[in-house]
Amino acid sequence: MTLTKIISNRWLLIAFTAMAMMFGGASQAADNVGFVYVSPIGDAGWTYQHDLGRLQLEKETGVTTSYVENVAEGADAERVIREMAKRGDKVVFATSFGYMNYALKVSNTFRKTAFVHATGYKLGKNMGLVNARFYEGRYLTGVIAGEMTKSNVLGYVAAFPIPEVLQGINAFIKGARSVNPKAELRVIWVNSWYDPGKEREASLTLLSQNADVITHHTDSTAVVQAAEEKGKYAFGYHSDMSKYGPNAHLTATTHHWGDYYVKTVKEVQAGSWKPTSVWGGYKEGMIKLAPLNKAIPADLQARIREMEKQLTAGTLHPFAGPVVDQGGKTIVAAGQNMTDDQLNKMNYYLQGVVSKIPN
Amino acid sequence: MDILTSILFATIVAGTPLIIVALGQLIAEKSGVLNLGAEGMMAMGAIAGFAVTLHSGSPWLGVLAGMAAGAVMSFIFAIVVLTLMGNQVASGLALSILGVGLSAFIGKPYEAEILQTVSAIRIPLLADIPIIGEALFNQQALVYFSWALFGGIVWFLYRSRPGLVLRAVGESPHSAHSIGYPAIRIRYMATIFGGAMAGIGGSFLSVFYTPLWVEGMVAGRGWIAIALVVFATWRPFRVLVGAYLFGGVMVAQLFVQGSGLEINIPSQFLSALPYLATIVVLVIISRDQNTVRLNAPVSLGQPFRPEA
Amino acid sequence: MLRLERRPEASQTMSYVSPLIAIVLMLVGGLVLFAALGKNPLEGFKVFFVNPISDLYGVSELLLKATPLMLCAVGLAIGFRANVWNIGAEGQLIVGAIAASAVALHFYGSEGGAHVLILMVVAGCIGGMLWAAIPAFLKTYFNTNEILVSLMLVYVAQLLVSWLVHGPMMDPDGFNFPQSRLFEDSALLPILLEDTRLNIAFTFALGALVVGYIFMFRSFAGFQMQVAGFAANAARYAGFSAKRMVWIGLMSGGAMAGLAGMSEVAGPMGQITEHVSNNYGFAAIIVAFVARLNPVGIFFASLLMALLYLGGEQAQQYLNLPSSISNVFQGMLLMFLLGSDVFINYRLRWKEARA
Repeated sequence: MTLTKIISNRWLLIAFTAMAMMFGGASQAADNVGFVYVSPIGDAGWTYQHDLGRLQLEKETGVTTSYVENVAEGADAERVIREMAKRGDKVVFATSFGYMNYALKVSNTFRKTAFVHATGYKLGKNMGLVNARFYEGRYLTGVIAGEMTKSNVLGYVAAFPIPEVLQGINAFIKGARSVNPKAELRVIWVNSWYDPGKEREASLTLLSQNADVITHHTDSTAVVQAAEEKGKYAFGYHSDMSKYGPNAHLTATTHHWGDYYVKTVKEVQAGSWKPTSVWGGYKEGMIKLAPLNKAIPADLQARIREMEKQLTAGTLHPFAGPVVDQGGKTIVAAGQNMTDDQLNKMNYYLQGVVSKIPN
Repeated sequence: MDILTSILFATIVAGTPLIIVALGQLIAEKSGVLNLGAEGMMAMGAIAGFAVTLHSGSPWLGVLAGMAAGAVMSFIFAIVVLTLMGNQVASGLALSILGVGLSAFIGKPYEAEILQTVSAIRIPLLADIPIIGEALFNQQALVYFSWALFGGIVWFLYRSRPGLVLRAVGESPHSAHSIGYPAIRIRYMATIFGGAMAGIGGSFLSVFYTPLWVEGMVAGRGWIAIALVVFATWRPFRVLVGAYLFGGVMVAQLFVQGSGLEINIPSQFLSALPYLATIVVLVIISRDQNTVRLNAPVSLGQPFRPEA
Repeated sequence: MLRLERRPEASQTMSYVSPLIAIVLMLVGGLVLFAALGKNPLEGFKVFFVNPISDLYGVSELLLKATPLMLCAVGLAIGFRANVWNIGAEGQLIVGAIAASAVALHFYGSEGGAHVLILMVVAGCIGGMLWAAIPAFLKTYFNTNEILVSLMLVYVAQLLVSWLVHGPMMDPDGFNFPQSRLFEDSALLPILLEDTRLNIAFTFALGALVVGYIFMFRSFAGFQMQVAGFAANAARYAGFSAKRMVWIGLMSGGAMAGLAGMSEVAGPMGQITEHVSNNYGFAAIIVAFVARLNPVGIFFASLLMALLYLGGEQAQQYLNLPSSISNVFQGMLLMFLLGSDVFINYRLRWKEARA
C-alpha cells in the first residue's frame, strides 16, 4: 500500500535533487543562525524572551535566522539541532536545559558550527554555555515585596525544585527579609512548567492563605492575572507581564539575551569566538526589572534603582552572608558571599520559607 | 473569605468544567456511544470560545462558539462511527489528537491576547449564608449553568419520555429500532449534545477560568471527565460528587503545600492521587456486577446498523 | 439518493484499498491546508514529505523514529484483535524505560559487558508488562474497564518518572538537573549504520513484527483471539478463556511498549529524563489502526507516521508553520481511515428515493 508512495517519493526525490542542483548555491547571501525553542513562542515567558533576542540579532547584524519551537527535550532535539548544523547555520542556539547532551553530541560532528546552550553545564570544543543570574532580579522583587506586603505573607508558585528555581525562591525571601524580618514565604509546586489552570488555582490558594504579594517560576501569565482579579500584588517573571495585570503587576524579573546573541554572532563571524561559559546578570545587562508600578512609593523606587546600580557594580550580592537555611543552619558566614558552585547545588529553602520542600 | 470558604470555592470552580463535560458524555454514553474525543473537543471549544470572545467582546457569544465548535467536532465523529461505523475507541482517540492539534494550529495568533475577567454573579441573600454562601452563590454564570444542566439531565433521563427512549437505545438499539424509534438519529443527537457540552467546558477554561489561551491548556481534563462518567456509574448525581471530589483533591493538595504542613511525600505522588483515586473507584464499582449492569448502557461502544 | 448497502461478505480488496484512500484524502487535506495558509501546496508537500528523507541520514532518522512506533503498535495490535483496549502503552513505555535505566545505572562504573544490555532488554519488557498487568489484573478479577485504567496509569507513570529523575535516579554530578547520568557504552545499543543514530532496536522491531505475524496468523492462540474479537459469544461457546485473552493482549502490549522504552533510553537518549516518551504510545494506536492490526501494515504505517513527525519539523523550519501541524495530519489520517473503512462491509449504491 505505502509501497507506491515510496516509489513515487523516489521520483520526487530525483526531481527535487535536480531542482536543488539548478537553484542551489544561488543563495549564498547572509549567514543563518538557528534557534531551538522548548515551548511555543507565545506572548510572554522563557521562549518569548529568547525570541526577542533573535529579533534583535536579525536587526543588528543582518543575519537571517530560523527557529523551531516546541521541540521536546528528548531524542528529537538532536535531529532538529543537526539539521541546522548540516545546512550550514553559523551559530545554533539551543535554549533549554534538556538539549545539552544532544547539542554537545552534534557539536562534536559539526566542528565548523558554533553552538551555544542555555542553562547547561557541559562546555564543548565548539559549544559555549550561557545562563543568567535570575536571582539578582528576584532579590530586588523580594525587597519590594517585603515593603509592600501588609499581611507579611508572600506566595510563590513554582514548577520543579531544581537549583535555578530554588535560587529564585531563596533570593526572593532573602530580599524580603532584608527589609521586613517578619515576612514569610509560602511555596506551592505545581509540577509543570505550563498549566495555566493549575497555576491559577495555586495562586488563588496562596492568596486565600493570606498572601498579598505573589510571584511564580512557571511559564504562563496566570499568576499575575489571578492577583489582578483579587486586587493583590504580583511580580511577573521572564517577561514584562504588566498588560496581564496593570494594577497587580509591581514589576518583573526579565531576561535579555539579545546583546549576548549579537556579541556571539559577531565574534563567530570575525573568527574570534571561543566557547566560554557565561553566567550574566545585571552587570552584563542580561537581567533587568520591568518598569516599576506607580503603586511602589517613590522612595522605595529610588532604593531599588540604587540597588540595581550596586548589582551592576558588583557590590551587592543577593546571597551575601549570613545565609541561614530553614532549619537554622548557617550556609554562608557573615562577610562572605555564596560561591557559584554553592549556588549551582542549592537544594534547600532559606529561613523565612514556611513551606517544606517535598521529597 | 476564610480558608474553608476558599477551599470550597476553589473546589467548585475546578469541578465545574468537569461536570459540564462529563454530563454531556454521560448523555452520549447512555445512548450507547463512547466518545474518547472529549480532550480534543474541549480544546476546540476553548479556542473557539476565546477567539469569539476576543473579537466580539461578549463572553456569552464565546460560550456559544465553544459549544458550536464542540458540536461540529462531535458531528464529524458521529458521521464516522454512526454512519460509516468506524471503531468508536479509535475514532475517539483520533478526534482527541485532531482537536488538540487543530486548536493549537488555529490558536497560534491568539496566544498573545488577553480577555477581560468576567465578573462573578452574586445571588443576593443566598450568598450571605455563612461559610458556604460566598463559595456557592458568588460564582461564574457557568457554575450555575452546570447545576441547571445537572437538574435538566436528571429530569430528562428519569422523568421524561425522550429520556426513556434514549436509555432504551443505549440498552438495545435493535429493540428500540424495531418498535419504531430512530436509533441512529437519537445517537446522533446524543453525541452532538455531548460534543456541545465538551465545547462549553472548554470555553469555560479559556474565557472564565484562566482566562487566556495557550496550547495544551486543557491539560488532560477531557480524559478526567471521561473517567468521571464511569466513576459515576453513569449517574448524574455521582458525576456531580465525583467532579467536586476531583477538584477537592487537587485544591486540598495545593492548600496543604501552601500551609507549610510537613509532608514527606513527593509532590508528584500527590499529583498522581486523582488518577489513582479514579482507578480505585473504578475497581470498587466494577466489582459489583449489579451496579454496573443496572447503570451501564449495555450497547456502549457497539456499532448499530438498522437493517442488520 | 446515495445509500450504503451491506456487502454479502467483507471485501478483502477494500480492506487494503481503504488505507490508501485515507492516505490520499489526508494528502488532499494537506494540500488544501497548505493552500489555506497561503503556502504553495506543492512546496509544502515537498518540504513535508520529501525533504526529511532526501539523504541517507534522513532515512536513518525515519527508521529510528519508526522503531518505537512499530514495537508499541505490534504489541497493541495483538490485544486490539481480541477487543482488549490497552490505550496505556505510553505509560508502559515509560515504566519499561525506568526499569531498563535502573539496570544501566546499577551497573554504572562496573566493568560492563554484554549482560548489561541483555538485562536491560529483559528489564524493559518486564517493566512494561508489570504496568500492563495492573489493568489486566483489575479487568480479569474485578471486570474493571481496561481503557480507563490503562489511561489513568499513563499519568501516574509520567509522574513516577518525574519523581525518579528529580530524586533517586538523578545524576549526582548533574547540578540537580532532572536527568540521570549518561549511560556507559556497555549500556548503549549498538549502532547499525555508522554516523547515524539508527541502532539495533530497529532489528528488534522487525523481529517483533515477524513474531507478531506468526502469532496472529499461524498460532492457535492468535486464532482464538481473532475469533474473540469478531464474535465474543462464539469464542465463549468454543470455550476460549476470556481472561487468558485479556492477559495475552495486555502483556504483549506491555512487553513491546517496555522494550520501546528501553530502546529509547539505551538508544538516542543515552540516559533517562522526564521526556522519555514523545507520545509514541498514543501514536502507536493510530499506527495499529491505520495498519488494520496487521504487522505488515504496521511496518508501513509506522514509517508514514514517523514521516509525519519529521515533516512537521521541516515545515516549521522552512515554512514557518507551527509544530501542531503534525498532529493535524495524524488526526486527519485516522479519521479518514476509520471513515473509509465502511467500504469494507458496505458499498455505495444509487437508489431511487422511495416515495
